[in-house]
Parts: sequence; structure tokens; C-alpha cells
Amino acid sequence: MIANNTFAFIALVVSEAEGGSAGLLSVNGGLAFWTTLTFILLLILLTKFAWKPILSALKQREDAIKDSLEQAEKAKDEAKQILAQNQNSLAKAEDESKKIIEQSRLFAENLKEQMIKDSKAQAKKLIEDASAEIDRKKNAAFDELKNQIAEISVQAAEKILKENLDAEKNKKLVDKYISDISKN
Amino acid sequence: MIDSTSTQVIVDSLITTKPASSSDWILHHVMDGDYLDFSPFFKVYLPQFELFGVDLSITRHVLFMWLGSILLFIVMTRVAKAYKSSMVPKGFTNFWELFIIFVRDEIAKPTIGKGFEKFLPYLLTAFFFILFGNFLGLIPFSATFTSNIAVTATMAIFTFLVIQYGGMRNNGAFGYFKGLIPHGVPVFLLPIMIVVELLGLLAKPFALAIRLFANMTAGHIVIYALISLIFVMQSVGWAGLAIPMALFIYGLEVLVALLQAYIFTMLSSLFIGMAVHQDH
Repeated sequence: MIANNTFAFIALVVSEAEGGSAGLLSVNGGLAFWTTLTFILLLILLTKFAWKPILSALKQREDAIKDSLEQAEKAKDEAKQILAQNQNSLAKAEDESKKIIEQSRLFAENLKEQMIKDSKAQAKKLIEDASAEIDRKKNAAFDELKNQIAEISVQAAEKILKENLDAEKNKKLVDKYISDISKN
Repeated sequence: MIDSTSTQVIVDSLITTKPASSSDWILHHVMDGDYLDFSPFFKVYLPQFELFGVDLSITRHVLFMWLGSILLFIVMTRVAKAYKSSMVPKGFTNFWELFIIFVRDEIAKPTIGKGFEKFLPYLLTAFFFILFGNFLGLIPFSATFTSNIAVTATMAIFTFLVIQYGGMRNNGAFGYFKGLIPHGVPVFLLPIMIVVELLGLLAKPFALAIRLFANMTAGHIVIYALISLIFVMQSVGWAGLAIPMALFIYGLEVLVALLQAYIFTMLSSLFIGMAVHQDH
């Protein structure tokens, strides 16, 4: 039944075509000709003036976007690498400076100790030298004194002998000389 | 299969009841004609002529086809020019770019695959030609040239030719026709298979032509039928029902206009892809 109705409809539409004025399903050759001509012309013109420039522009733009994205990614990676490098070198530099400071501190300490030791030794030596010198000078002075005393006593004895005085006078003289010496 | 006598009876009865029926009026509006119809105001008659016995009259549909083509050409050259000044699309360019990228990335690329660029100009032209035709037909007093079987059949023949071209270019003329027949078919079945495959080859563009034609015609017929309801019933009251219904169908037709342009292009692309890559 449905099939019959369908065929009836098609038959009706076709019958319109046959019945004088053109029907819905009749193919008009002239229109087909114009469609062919129009479409081919449109295809050629649009391909030349629209599709090619548009598609190439789109492709260019997509490539540019892709490129810049890739470049950005690359730059990011590079920046990361550089940052890591910087941090690395910074840490290294810090280590090094710490080491240098430590070393210099150690050196300074050693130097200080050495200097203190040296100066102490020197001072000790100076003191020793000084005391030795003092001793020497003292001894020399004593020696000279002894010699002078001996000389003076000899001179005094000589004078006594030369004066030829009484014992009391001699005694007085000796006392006088001795007090002179002690005054010296 | 066909109960020819009963069909004949129905046809006869339909023909006899046909005069003065409203279908005549509707078909008149949907079909091609030799004048621009601005009824009820006036009609503009178009030049009629014949060349070598072929009627090459400039009809309503021819005129609107040219109008659509010129519009399409102006729009697309403007879009192309916009890219020369700036790679960043704005408003107008952006809108049309959307469709172009859609045809490229959603239709051609997935269905044809490698080497799809070669078929892009054809697919784009077909898509926009049909799109402009469909939308032109939605303007009052205009005509839908895509609802004419002659136009859709011509478009389908173009697709058919492109399919064959794609198939032969990629597989060689002999390889292409050999590839149409599935592998491992017994020799005694070959005659049948050849006929079946040839029919299949022809059925594709035939379906394309009928689909576009029927879809673009049906909506208009329904709108006219709904409007004619007012006159058939001879009461303005019916307008309260007929006009909203017609408006609804009109809204539907906007969708159909877009959809049919997409479907025609999509199927063309699919068939081209099947011919180019003959992997059964």
C-alpha cells in the first residue's frame, strides 16, 4: 500500500512534467548547461582568487602559531636550563667563597699564633739579651771598680808610704780615702 | 513488485482531480520559471532564447544562481584580501574563515586523508555554492536554485567526475576499476559484480542529487502548503495556526540549508576518500 502510494506520488510529479508545463522532476537541459558553466567558472575563479590565497594564508598563520609555540617552549626550556646553571654556579661560588674565607681565617689564625709566638720569643730573647748585657755590664763595672779600688788602694798605699807620717795620721788618711771611695 | 493497475488508477484519479487544486500554485512557486515573481505586485519577465535547439533561457533559477555566485565571489575575494593586510582575522573574515576551516578540517581532512589539499577547492566551491543557494532561497521573492533537480544533478555529476578523477589519479585507471570489485570474488560472479559495482558507482551521485533537491524543495512546499491553508479554508482565523507553523518550518529550513550544504560536501568528500584509498 505504502509502495503504491509512493509510486503514485512519483507518477503524479512526473505526470506534471509530461502535462505541458515542466514538472518538479524534469531536468531542464538549459539550466543544467548554465549550472555547468557557472560552476566551472566559479570553481576556476574562486580557486585562483580566493581559495589559494586564503588556504595559504591559513596555513601560514597556523605554521606561524605552531612555530612561535615551539619557540616559546624552547625558550622556556632554555631559561630553565640557564636558571639551573646559574643556581649551580651560584652555589659553587658560595662554596668557594666559604672555602676561601675559611682558608683565610685559618691562615690568619696561624699567622696570629705564629706572630704571637714569634714576638713572645723575641721579647724573651730581648729580655734575656738585656739581662745578659746587664750582667755583663755589671761584671764589667765591678771589674773596673775592683781595678780602680785596687789602683786607688795602691795609690793610697803609695801616698801613705810617701807621707811617712805617724800611724794616727795614716789611719786618718786611710779613713779619709775609704770614705772618699764610698762617696764615689 | 509494482501493482501497476492500482498505481495507474491512483494516478488517473489524481490527474483528473488536479485542475484547480492548490498543488499547482505551490509547484509554480517552487519550480523554475521564465519570470521573477514579485506577486502580488508585479512580474519581471526574463529573456528567452534557444541555441542549437537547446532552450538556454535565462530563467529564475539561472538568475539567482548568478546572483549567488557573484555574491560568493565578492565575499571570498574580500576575505582573501583581508589576509593580505593582517594575519589576524576580524569579524567578517573570522566568520567566513570558520566555514572554510570547518570544510578543511572536519570534512576533507578526516575523510580523504593524505592528499586532501588537491580536492579542497572543489569541496569548498561546492559547499559555498550550495550554501549561498540555500540561503538565497530563504529570502522572500527569491527562488531556490538548489531545489532544482537540474542544478543538483549537475552538481552530483561534478562530484561523480571528481570521484573518478581522484580514484584514477591515485590508483591508475585500470587499478581503480579493478579495485572497485572486492578481492576474492569467484570468476563466475564477476559479471554480476561488475554490474552491481557500476550501479553502486552511479547510485552515489544520484542519491546526492535527489537528497539536496528533495530537502530544499520539501521545506518550501510545506511552507506554501501551510500558507495556502488560509485560502483553502477561506478563513483568516487559520492564519493564527498557519503562520506560526510556517515560521517554525522556516526556522527549520535555516538549519536544513546549512545541513544540506554540509551533507552534500561531506558525502562528496567521503566518496572521494573511498575512491582515492581503495582499502576494502
